[in-house]
Amino acid sequence: MVVVLFVLSILLFAWLRSLPGGPVSALLGDRATPAARAELTRTLGLDRPVFLQYFDFLGRAVRGDFGQSTAVQPGSSAMQILVQRFPATLELSVVAIILAILFGIPLGYIAARRRGGIWDNLSIGGSLLGVAVPVFFLAFLLKYLFAVKAGILPSAGRQDAIDATRITGFFILDGILTQEWDAAWNALEHLILPAVALATIPFAVIFRITRAAVLDVQQEDFVRTAESKGLRIPIIRRRHILRNAMLPVVTTIGIQIGQLLAGAVLTERVFAYPGVGDALATAFQRKDYPLLQLLIIAAALVYVVVNLIVDLSYAYIDPRIRNR
Amino acid sequence: MQMDRKRRWVAAAGTAGAVLLVVSGCAQSERGSGGDNGATLNFGQASAPKLFDPFYATDGETFRITEQMFDNLVEFKTGTSQVEPGLATDWQPSDGGKTWSFNLRKNVKFTDGTAMDATAVCKNFERMYNQKGAGTSNAVSQYWNDNFGGFADKKQPSLYAGCEVKSPTRMALKLTKASSKMPDILGLASWAIQSPTAMDKYHANDVKAEGDSFVYPDYATKHPTGTGPFKFGKYDQANGTVELVRNDNYWGEKPKLAKIVFKIYKDTAGTRQALQAGEIDGYDLPQPQDYQSLRDQGNKLLEREPFNIMYLGIDQKNNPKLRDLKVRQAIAYAINRPQLVKSQYPDKAVVAKEMLPPSIAGFNPNVPEYNYDPNKAKQLLKEAGAEGLTVNFYWPSEVTRPYLPSPRDQFTAMKGDLEKVGIKVVEKSEPWNGGYLDDVEGHKPDLFLMGWNGDFNNADNFFSQFFNTPTNRFYAAASPWGASLSERVKQLDATADKAAREQGYQELNGQIQKDYLPAVPIVSAPSYIAVKDNIKGLVPSPLSNEKFELVEKSGS
Repeated sequence: MVVVLFVLSILLFAWLRSLPGGPVSALLGDRATPAARAELTRTLGLDRPVFLQYFDFLGRAVRGDFGQSTAVQPGSSAMQILVQRFPATLELSVVAIILAILFGIPLGYIAARRRGGIWDNLSIGGSLLGVAVPVFFLAFLLKYLFAVKAGILPSAGRQDAIDATRITGFFILDGILTQEWDAAWNALEHLILPAVALATIPFAVIFRITRAAVLDVQQEDFVRTAESKGLRIPIIRRRHILRNAMLPVVTTIGIQIGQLLAGAVLTERVFAYPGVGDALATAFQRKDYPLLQLLIIAAALVYVVVNLIVDLSYAYIDPRIRNR
Repeated sequence: MQMDRKRRWVAAAGTAGAVLLVVSGCAQSERGSGGDNGATLNFGQASAPKLFDPFYATDGETFRITEQMFDNLVEFKTGTSQVEPGLATDWQPSDGGKTWSFNLRKNVKFTDGTAMDATAVCKNFERMYNQKGAGTSNAVSQYWNDNFGGFADKKQPSLYAGCEVKSPTRMALKLTKASSKMPDILGLASWAIQSPTAMDKYHANDVKAEGDSFVYPDYATKHPTGTGPFKFGKYDQANGTVELVRNDNYWGEKPKLAKIVFKIYKDTAGTRQALQAGEIDGYDLPQPQDYQSLRDQGNKLLEREPFNIMYLGIDQKNNPKLRDLKVRQAIAYAINRPQLVKSQYPDKAVVAKEMLPPSIAGFNPNVPEYNYDPNKAKQLLKEAGAEGLTVNFYWPSEVTRPYLPSPRDQFTAMKGDLEKVGIKVVEKSEPWNGGYLDDVEGHKPDLFLMGWNGDFNNADNFFSQFFNTPTNRFYAAASPWGASLSERVKQLDATADKAAREQGYQELNGQIQKDYLPAVPIVSAPSYIAVKDNIKGLVPSPLSNEKFELVEKSGS
């Protein structure tokens, strides 16, 4: 894992520095004169060989110092921004994935049980739409309908400026802990539209995989055996069908969590939701190298960790893997 | 087994509950119970502020916030670019414009209780002048670099010579030479007068270069302290809001608003929708394509008079044909500027005659003009032996400015005009901060689109940007007049006599248009602030430095 991150950091560093623009233009903006550019390049040490700059970066990075944000939130270190924004994205992702699971698995199961019925066809159509419609389009649509037109939900941000106390950085949790119920409610309201938008793709995928897996498992010999053994139907369904069907579903959920970040970039952007995804998009657009470097490495780390958790959870669901 | 599992769940739930209880035991609400009297203004920001120390700031999104917290020695009369008393009640130049004496307003305090007196003001100037290391970088103290030059380290010549306390309410600013920028420059946000106590306490000058960027001290990020109508509340980074609260001890008229909340959005589409949804009361610089729909939805568009210039730059470095005045004139004649301005800009936009907008002192209404005449253009090209001329024309993406509302459209119109007179256009587009600015300064294009928004009513503010060195972005050094133009610009800036100076700028404008033509001036365009119908008292300023102290919000 360390090796992966190390290689990634080299590639990232070299790649960012090969792009046009860069921190000098970003910092100087419209007033950049050639003299000012030369002076700034020198001040920041950007005239030194790239590998020296890299070692400098690495030396600070291992101590957790990824430098100062140049554009997204100047005045804060990249690490501070990650720490501030990670809870926002986690809060959003958790709510989104819970929504996706809560609706995806039961609906998938029901669709499989009533295969070919109206319900099945309807939900397959719906899930196709969920996969096919781009997240940002759906986000815009939701925002336009529910926030801009109807005005029932906020169009952007994480919370109104209502003087909420911050403890964990998870706004809903903070509101509950401090019993500032209005703050918790306000944060939840802000979360609904982005979470629904973000949940659509994982929902659709989970739904389809659940349906397919349940259909598969229903045909298996051990189900027929259980039936002929005279086990009660609910027990067969729960212990034999659903549990076995869950294996591919869990894998899928894992992959979907990993991909949530990609969706979060778009969703957070549309809803100006101050999370990691929004920071990543803005950092890229405004050439905020220090922040980009940290966020991409952090994203890779999250991806690796999620995959590890998925692997471990197989063992829990399928005892055969555990005993091997 | 079944039992076991149930027990495990109960245990887990119990533990979780207990942890929650313990945590919530230490989690206290930190809410103040301050009752505010007065409304809150919610204003949309296009991006996060850089910091809150205006001396180190360079961008409008930062200045909009600091303008509300700080005062300057001189201010600009609301809605104009005319200087009026601020923290100084009156001032007199002497010594040929090299000494400026100021009488200060009495009984004014910073929000931390420090007295605003001559000592405090001089400490501000000393603080600016005594930047060290990273603090002297153009990217950090850009306005000082651009207008006052060097610092105490004497690496560059500086306009600043010293600050002298004459009495508690009188001080004098000494300069190394006269400057056309005085006293107006002192009204710009970067020359705000800040509390010396707070600056000492939170190490205001402690800027460091680190990695690809700069680390700013706590003063700039957490403790800005001024004398203005509002004071710093908090910057809630996790939520993307900046809060300012009313300064109840403000020396001027008491603000009507109790609080201003700046909400940070990332794009204008999002900001517009937030206005529509009622989450903000206003935002700056709406996109031209939204003007009509914003009005239709019952919002007001407050108009700033044009204070900028957009031009078609001609770089003489790589294409020798462009060093011929006739070719540059042909380009000017070829472009149908009235048509372009009429079809792509708001009504109040004006076709530019020269490299200054009309409201700047030194503007010359009688310069030679290049009215649209494609036949004349063709004839000039023929005379210059430049028929079949090919030019590399660069235009920027990922940027909009009031004077460049949609660069692709402005480019397309000009390209069409150039092709009509037989000039071949090789186009290249790059993101504004992703190569475009670099390439323009690096003399890659032959033609490019660029503009400048004035900081204050000062011709040098434009000219020193354009012509400060002969190897400027037009590469005027390739022409015999390149060096003398830069010299003349410097001379005029140092001319103490106002009338003589303005006369000089007028003549120079005529000369630039007639004999030099380093660029084709295209347009000066107005810009707008969009606000809800119930917002009153926000007066747009040509300098884009609106103060919110007189803003009222009705029906809230």
